Amino acid sequence: MSKTLMKGNEALGAAAIQAGCKYFFGYPITPQNELPEYMSRELPNIEGGAFVQAESEVAAINMIYGAAGAGARCMTSSSSPGMALKQEGISYIAGAELPAVIVNISRGGPGLGGIQPSQADYFQSTRGGGNGDYRHLVYAPATIQEAVDLVMEAFDVADYYRNPVIVIGDGMIGQMMEPVEFKEQKKRELPAKDWATTGTNGERKPNIINSLALDPAELEKHNQKLSRKYKEMEEKEVRHEDYRLEDAELVFVAYGTTSRITRNVVDALRDEGIKVGMIRPITLWPFPMAAIQNVPDSTKALLSVEMSEGQMIDDVKIAIEGRIPAYHYGRSGGMIPVPEDIMEKAKEILGGVK
Amino acid sequence: MMQVVYEKTKGLTDKQTHYCPGCTHGVIHKLVGEVLVELGVLGKSVGVAPVGCSVLAYDYFNCDMHEAAHGRAPAVATGIKRVLPDHTVFTYQGDGDLASIGTAEIIHAAHRGEKFTTIFVNNAIYGMTGGQMAPTTLIGQKATTSPYGRDKATTGMPLKVSEMMATIDGAAFVERVSVHDVPNIRKAKKAIKKAFQVQIDGTGFGIVEILSNCPTNWGITPVDSLTWLKENMIPYYPLGNFRTPEEGK
Repeated sequence: MSKTLMKGNEALGAAAIQAGCKYFFGYPITPQNELPEYMSRELPNIEGGAFVQAESEVAAINMIYGAAGAGARCMTSSSSPGMALKQEGISYIAGAELPAVIVNISRGGPGLGGIQPSQADYFQSTRGGGNGDYRHLVYAPATIQEAVDLVMEAFDVADYYRNPVIVIGDGMIGQMMEPVEFKEQKKRELPAKDWATTGTNGERKPNIINSLALDPAELEKHNQKLSRKYKEMEEKEVRHEDYRLEDAELVFVAYGTTSRITRNVVDALRDEGIKVGMIRPITLWPFPMAAIQNVPDSTKALLSVEMSEGQMIDDVKIAIEGRIPAYHYGRSGGMIPVPEDIMEKAKEILGGVK
Repeated sequence: MMQVVYEKTKGLTDKQTHYCPGCTHGVIHKLVGEVLVELGVLGKSVGVAPVGCSVLAYDYFNCDMHEAAHGRAPAVATGIKRVLPDHTVFTYQGDGDLASIGTAEIIHAAHRGEKFTTIFVNNAIYGMTGGQMAPTTLIGQKATTSPYGRDKATTGMPLKVSEMMATIDGAAFVERVSVHDVPNIRKAKKAIKKAFQVQIDGTGFGIVEILSNCPTNWGITPVDSLTWLKENMIPYYPLGNFRTPEEGK
């Protein structure tokens, strides 16, 4: 198949449709608008497909709760403040064990923040922004091609685990154009959706989509079942990329757009003879703990580079358990780190830890 | 020979309800269950339960059910109906759920003309949480958060949901009924049936507001509560049809 030049937001929509998503429920917010706009153009042309512009992000995520419960592949998208509003619904979706794909094209915060690219939703994505004991996969693509591949896979993963999956791209991923190829994805063996509310037809007991359990013993049992599922995700779904790690004295940890800048930084510092490498988390949850723990013996320091005031650094520190000093370099509010500043920070750290 | 003179509708499960003695939720559940059976749609019905006294309604209706977050049932029903346009979808919501936290969802579902049916049970109080003031609580009515009686000056007038819904073009059927006595229960059933028929015909959104009681939180006996409903709620919330597809024909 040939490559097409596409804007990130539109490519995400095209990938979802290719993965069998026929229902989209959204609400306008910058910088993700091209995604719902794309779906509003395309879904009405698909048999049975529907696009609904909801009255709010809260309504949109609850429409997802309904559509997913009825057994459909469905998607919603938003950006940071809108994602905050969706957290209630995401908690219910996780609690009721429904598959859904939710895209966050994130922007600067807190509050209304700004509309420029940011990675300040790391905590919101990975810590469970809603109430209760729940987890969900978080894919963080660094290119539009990777975004397309991960969205397609996300639908299978969501169905497999009966759990929501978040795909997070900063505003850069949503807004820029890159060549993409829509490759046939490797399909997972998926269980039948015999739990979906498609009507009893008088032939079976009613199916109930629910997250309420008033008996604490029953609720604990449910939570333990969910935990086993999350454990399985931690064992099977962690994904990351290592870049020029061999003999590295400083290892950067960076994801999404920031990892692209950091990749250039690694090359530039290597050209200067400074031994650095990068670990790029592709799943933010589950976080690639083992990858961080397995940095080469030569590693003297870790540097988490983020478009935030320091969020992923917490996971880096949890992973390394104090064995190696871990530092943070970040720009926020929509400011994008420049290679020179990251290089300077790396040199400063290496000077200090020698 | 034994003869069956009364049979529970197949529209309800055999589960014993948790409702307080004298509460009319049971009557309303029965009416909805009977209507689903009489219209022949029970097997392809999907209901959405609210948060409130009827939070466990998903255990009582004998069809596929969703339990929604507080106020979000119309959004959940929208998602279901868009996926299953040939199914019969309904929400069952109380006044705290629909008229307070879920006003945006109910208005916009009606506004879009979503083809599902809403059973709106108005008993002028938050029942499950222990008798707090609702948007529908009457002026002067005492509740745990209006201990001196609802004051218009600080809490506004009780919200008239049916009148509000009647202003929305997408709401094809809007009727307010009561279940304080047998003749009104019969009228309520007719309205519920019409509202579901409107959905089946694909005409648009339908809502039936059902005036109901709360002996527990009103602090009176079941019998007195029905009299109180008749004497206090109906004068403020007039019964009748506000919109029907036959209009203008």
